Amino acid sequence: MTLAPETTDLKVELALDGDWFTVCDLSMLLPGRGVAALLPDGRQAAIFRDRTGELFAIDNRDPFTGAAVLSRGLTGTHQGRPFVASPLLKQRFDLASGQCLDDEEVQVTTYKVRTA
Amino acid sequence: MSKDTPTIVLVGHGMVGQRFLEALAERGLTATHRVVVLCEEPRPAYDRVQLTSYFSGKTPEDLSMTDLRFIEDHGIELRVGDPAETIDREARRVTARSGLVVDYDVLVLATGSYPFVPPVPGKDAEGCFVYRTIEDLLAIEEYAKKATTGAVVGGGLLGLEAAGALKGLGLTSHIVEFAPRLMPVQVDEGGGAALLRTIEEMGLSVHTGVGTQEIVVGEDGAVTGMKLSDGSELATDLVVFSAGVRPRDQLARDCGLTVGERGGIAVDEQCRTVNDPHVFAIGECALASDGRVYGLVAPGYEQAETAAATIAADEAAFTGADLSTKLKLLGVDVASFGDAHGTAEDCLDVVYSDSRAGLYKKLVIGRDGTLLGGILVGDAEAYGTLKAFTGSVPPVAPEALVLPAGAGAPAQLGPSALPDDAIVCSCHNVSKGTIRGAVTDHQCTTVPEVKKCTKAGTGCGSCVKVLGQLVTAELEASGVEVDKGLCGCFGQTREELYEIVLALRINSYQELLDRHGREEARGGDGCEICKPAVGSIIASLAPTIGASGYVLDGEQAALQDTNDHFLANLQKNGSYSVVPRIPGGEIAPEKLIVIGEIARDFGLYTKITGGQRIDMFGARVEQLPLIWARLVDAGFESGHAYGKSLRTVKSCVGQTWCRYGVQDSVRMAIDLELRYRGLRSPHKLKSAVSGCQRECAEAQSKDFGVIATANGWNLYVGGNGGATPRHADLLAQDLSDAELVRLIDRFLMFYIRTADRLERTSTWLERIPGGLEHVRDVVVHDSLGICDELEKLMQAHVAHYRDEWAETINDPEKLARFVSFVNAPDTPDPVVAFVPERDQMKPDLPLLSIGMRPAEDVLEGSAQR
Repeated sequence: MTLAPETTDLKVELALDGDWFTVCDLSMLLPGRGVAALLPDGRQAAIFRDRTGELFAIDNRDPFTGAAVLSRGLTGTHQGRPFVASPLLKQRFDLASGQCLDDEEVQVTTYKVRTA
Repeated sequence: MSKDTPTIVLVGHGMVGQRFLEALAERGLTATHRVVVLCEEPRPAYDRVQLTSYFSGKTPEDLSMTDLRFIEDHGIELRVGDPAETIDREARRVTARSGLVVDYDVLVLATGSYPFVPPVPGKDAEGCFVYRTIEDLLAIEEYAKKATTGAVVGGGLLGLEAAGALKGLGLTSHIVEFAPRLMPVQVDEGGGAALLRTIEEMGLSVHTGVGTQEIVVGEDGAVTGMKLSDGSELATDLVVFSAGVRPRDQLARDCGLTVGERGGIAVDEQCRTVNDPHVFAIGECALASDGRVYGLVAPGYEQAETAAATIAADEAAFTGADLSTKLKLLGVDVASFGDAHGTAEDCLDVVYSDSRAGLYKKLVIGRDGTLLGGILVGDAEAYGTLKAFTGSVPPVAPEALVLPAGAGAPAQLGPSALPDDAIVCSCHNVSKGTIRGAVTDHQCTTVPEVKKCTKAGTGCGSCVKVLGQLVTAELEASGVEVDKGLCGCFGQTREELYEIVLALRINSYQELLDRHGREEARGGDGCEICKPAVGSIIASLAPTIGASGYVLDGEQAALQDTNDHFLANLQKNGSYSVVPRIPGGEIAPEKLIVIGEIARDFGLYTKITGGQRIDMFGARVEQLPLIWARLVDAGFESGHAYGKSLRTVKSCVGQTWCRYGVQDSVRMAIDLELRYRGLRSPHKLKSAVSGCQRECAEAQSKDFGVIATANGWNLYVGGNGGATPRHADLLAQDLSDAELVRLIDRFLMFYIRTADRLERTSTWLERIPGGLEHVRDVVVHDSLGICDELEKLMQAHVAHYRDEWAETINDPEKLARFVSFVNAPDTPDPVVAFVPERDQMKPDLPLLSIGMRPAEDVLEGSAQR
């Protein structure tokens, strides 16, 4: 059986300077895990998909260590809000706001993300 | 210190002596006084109460109670192997054996006691020993090598321990007790009978109601037997006298201090000798003001505190102590407390006795219902509560307190029913009120915190269980919810989740969360704590619950920590390290060359690990499958260095090469490593196999360690290196290959089943109720009847093992995940960069703190400089 094309051909897109930048097929995103994307200006974004299918994108760089690894962290829900825990020293970041949940002075950039 | 500094001389450095020093330090007296300690034994204070544990694998170092840092920090002059020889009270001067002369302002005698050896002919023959010091034990151990039978004179506490130790050394053991029952001081006839049955079932021969008349000596001057008072003769190669102790008061006698009729240096309530205000006596050498010599450590500690307080001019008094004791003798619980023998007028007994189960419980009750004392044999669970109730009328009928649960009125009389002034920890004299205060006033929320704050539970440890119940009750009472749940998503412990997963065959995290998670967490994405924990449970049980044994399959992939998800170890700059399995640390030259070539070709940093294998650092995500492909091609597989799973089984070369080896330790290490490889567990598992008692593989620092003996293998469990090192405990001895493997199967599966998340076997063993004894009951004696299931679970794991690396490189869909960038699969992560160091390379860390490179640099991107 062939699935309807509109569900399999969807692309993940990030909003960059008012434009939409295509990252990958939606099928590349495993619920509960992230992927990293290299942006045209050299920055890196970490893109996540939760179990309901909602997408989130934040800067991939872990501000505590400097390593570009946030896409490899474990995701979860804290008081109803989605987060990712850095795989290095385990600080958690709110996926919607970029706010670090363990240090209120730290925040990472977020990106608008959609499927098209 | 200046010449005018007042001097305190302590004679004797045993447990009580050490406690006295601590009490001095706590009161600041070590800063204002010169403190000199004269110690006869060649080693500083050690735990004499636990002396017998030397035979179950504890080293003299383990038994030590002396932190040399403490001695040093407080400027205490500790002279071991240099006993005091004479005391000149007029000149206030002590002379030591070395000739050292010290003038004192205060002299404290803590000389302890000496074993009483009945004056029978032949008592000094070769092969006769006493049981008091580590040196005694070393001598017994040595002599036992050429003996087959041993006899212990005295069926008291130490005598039973000594007989158990002789049996452990492989001797046929006899106990000869003059009184009509065992442990005559602590238990009555009924208790003695229950004890006797259990002890005889262990294979020890007990002769009660007979005295030793003569030690029979052979022509070579060595023991060959004993003549007993009933006319019989017992053949034995070795005799241990354990017929009680006498106060060591000779020094005091020599300098004219008053001693009791039956020995003991007479002291007042301040522990000051009755003749000389400058001289104190504490511990087993002292005859207290109530006319008794106390042979237990708790009253000794109290005397030490009293003497130190008096020296500091604080008010303190020792007027007598409770002789309650709770012990585990040869695995049998024995406890007595209060007026155990019912000497009070008009008192009544309540007795429960079950000879079949080796149980005997007696309570002594006053006319008005006051609990006066009691004896517990075979099950002393209620000791802590009962002892604390002694002296008051318990809130339930006394019968209910001794009947087993389920029979009659099973009263669960918790410690919350205790009055505030009830003493919970008698070693440190801590009342229930003080413990409650630690929680309410000092914000302690855990047992370790309360221990630190109050000292309760840091002596013999028998009250720790009651302590835990009190802390929980107090927290609950003050409105603090004691949440034992794994995390914010699950209210269950890891152990409970394991049981749910196994019983209901749940193989999906989401299903577990949605059906068994906390209300508010259901339907959500879980968290970074429960996901890997549940992932590990599912992986451990995979074949049994019908889950894939491959951790990157389906939903399982989303549960794994980054290390498991990439089957490699994440390093600080975002690169990974790769460790192939080298079972037992044995590797052929060809394979070594392959590792060298791979590391060279991919520019990796290499280092030999502590687990006898080779770690290759600095691999970028996209290089991992290429590296594995080369490794798998050469016959390597994943070493699971990234997983909470079996790491390595180290080995020494063993019998094959080593002139001391008694078994083939390398083969056993390889067998074990291949059997348990890939087994997911609550935390990492490490193991080692040594080919002889020299222990070159350091097996006693491992989660499960194996040491070869002439007859097979000894299995040690619960060892750990790291931040809180712990020597492993001996679980079983002289096992055949098959017995060894079966026990390890059971042990590991029982640990996986009951441990908390990230709880190593060492902390698990310390935490679970009953500790090592309980684990031994379950995995050796199958007391829960679950060993069949544990073995089956392990067999399923072994049968379904597959190499995760090989599986991944053959799966194009999984391989697609191994890229730095989903939109630029061929571009390496520019943040991962290296600089040279000592002929290899290391992460370029300055780059990390400065920030990113300029964009143009990146797009040309070379990760390596």
